[in-house]
Amino acid sequence: MTRLFENVRVVGGATSFAFSGETITADTANAERIDGKGLHLAPGIVDLGVFAVDRAACRAGGITRVGLMPDQSPILDDPGIIRRAALMGKPDLWVHPLAAATRGLEGTDLAEMAINASAGAKAVATGRRWIADAGVMRKVLAYARDCGLTVIAHAEDGNLARDAVATEGLTATLLGLAAAPAIAEALAIARDTMLAEDTGARIHFRQVTTAAGLDLIRQAKRRGVQVTCGVTPAHWLLSDIDISDYRTYARLSPPLRSDSDRQAVRAALADGTIDVIASGHDPRGPEGKRLPFIDADEGMSGAETLLALSLGLVRDEVLTMERLFELLAANPARILGLDAGTLEAGKPADFILFAPDTPWAIDATKMKARAGNTPFDTLPVQGKVHRVFKGGREIE
Amino acid sequence: MFLLDEAEQWIEANRTRARNDRRLEGITQINAFFENSTRTLLSFEIAGKRLGADVVNMHAAQSSVKKGETLIDTAVTLNAMRADVIVIRHMASGAVQLIADKVDCPVLNAGDGWHEHPTQALLDALTIRRRRGSVAGQRVVICGDLLHSRVARSNMLALTALGAEVRVVAPSTLMPPAIEGLYVTPFTDFDAALEGADVVMMLRVQNERMAGGFIPSTREFHARYGLTPERLARAREDALVMHPGPMNRGVEIDSAIADHPERSAITEQVEMGVAVRMACLDVLTRAERGVEGWA
Repeated sequence: MTRLFENVRVVGGATSFAFSGETITADTANAERIDGKGLHLAPGIVDLGVFAVDRAACRAGGITRVGLMPDQSPILDDPGIIRRAALMGKPDLWVHPLAAATRGLEGTDLAEMAINASAGAKAVATGRRWIADAGVMRKVLAYARDCGLTVIAHAEDGNLARDAVATEGLTATLLGLAAAPAIAEALAIARDTMLAEDTGARIHFRQVTTAAGLDLIRQAKRRGVQVTCGVTPAHWLLSDIDISDYRTYARLSPPLRSDSDRQAVRAALADGTIDVIASGHDPRGPEGKRLPFIDADEGMSGAETLLALSLGLVRDEVLTMERLFELLAANPARILGLDAGTLEAGKPADFILFAPDTPWAIDATKMKARAGNTPFDTLPVQGKVHRVFKGGREIE
Repeated sequence: MFLLDEAEQWIEANRTRARNDRRLEGITQINAFFENSTRTLLSFEIAGKRLGADVVNMHAAQSSVKKGETLIDTAVTLNAMRADVIVIRHMASGAVQLIADKVDCPVLNAGDGWHEHPTQALLDALTIRRRRGSVAGQRVVICGDLLHSRVARSNMLALTALGAEVRVVAPSTLMPPAIEGLYVTPFTDFDAALEGADVVMMLRVQNERMAGGFIPSTREFHARYGLTPERLARAREDALVMHPGPMNRGVEIDSAIADHPERSAITEQVEMGVAVRMACLDVLTRAERGVEGWA
């Protein structure tokens, strides 16, 4: 049976939207009509690179698919483990495992990419860390290209960043924290884009957060390198000043940068250098965060605040609404080779209805996520998700 | 300035045998040292006892920290024992603040990671003020491992606030980034920095940092940054030499200078340390004791 949402503002301009069964359709004959109450309708968010499967947080945030990082216990480097991970969220949330690029994420031996792909992996990833050995990284890229898989890389030179918990600058100096220079990111990107160019592989840097790193991405794209990159809201909204008072919720990987780097991220969102916005969702309880800054876990709980924080970019005219959903859904889906992420007829009916202007305040104590480790606690934001549909079925 | 003035009264009292001020009688002072220390712990213990406080020392080595208890749980435990003042040293920057946020009594930072060591800066300021009449206008040269030094950070903050001109000297591998933001002037050339110096403050260089990681060798460090009589000659002829201890004689400082009766203020620093800590303990517990005064 076909159902037709009317009185909706579909991202892209239409005022109605139809789907039949699990699929979007253009044929509205005999459709059951539903009043959309003037809400915005957009593709379900495809969150590229989360560290935990957190259905409640994803529902609250309008996320219908996630790319799950291989840094799990056990690590996603075996077909059995990957097959199990792929089933973890169904039917409400589709989990697309990102297989470890090297065995055990050790950065030394190639993982079984082809077998893992046939078990459901949609890409291979280096995990939280950078592969230090250029010879290994070159083989990873070359072999992933043979398998038709994108390599999702962490852009931080591990030798420079080794013990660092912050970016070099006055804040880290005042706080007495071990810090790495911001160029740790650009160094990693320089090497890995050259290797991708050399091997003809596709590479996606999950987070690029510095002006120098973004410049290298721009140049590589101009040369025709198959490179894409992403970012999370923390790096266009916060800077290293936000770790003052040793706020462990602001201990992230990569660490928060200078304010000029923050502004470079906004500029790169505006000019199209950045392809993907993701949550980096990584819920961490008090046992990992109520510690001295240097001992605390990295990461933030981001799934349910992703859309509201991203809508700020539309209000600030950094992005149009259409472009925002390319970054949140279409581009990540394309990088993972998913037939999803847009509202074209024939695609899976993964979509959300939301009110972009509804005001609310982020409250770390009331998060739907498994843990409320957000650096945005108490921040007033706008934009609430009302309804989420995955494959034509509404998720409560 | 207030704390330095408060400390002055204890200096003379400490030099006499009649130390009968019992103003902290009935106050429980816990010295919670999560990192090894001899002189700072002793200094805080003597300071508390001279004022009549009941002083208890907790060493991490013999505490439940070794058993995996989190810092916050330890803090809550100390709080439940109804301490009136807690003195903390910890190896992690910011750890003292973390504890202070969880307990009801005043907390004194006895050094946290690379961050701060405020009583050291106060005792250094007091030493400078007594020996040179004032901190304001003095040209102070701080030399050594600035990157990992909480003593250096606290002194940069305190001495610039009191009006000194602070020059900091270290090889680039041990110089904290963006240090100019602390209103100090960085130098890599010790000789140049010493020109016209009123005070030369040497920092201890940890042996583990001199094995090639940050500095090629001990003797190379001594060649470029060791305070020798020849080098000291570039400073003012009455320049004061300071060191927070413990010293590596023959590495960052030559014995002839460390033991020089007029130039070296190193033992006086230790003496001022007790007086400054007495003043801090007194002032911080005033609210608790119902005595008028700051804090």
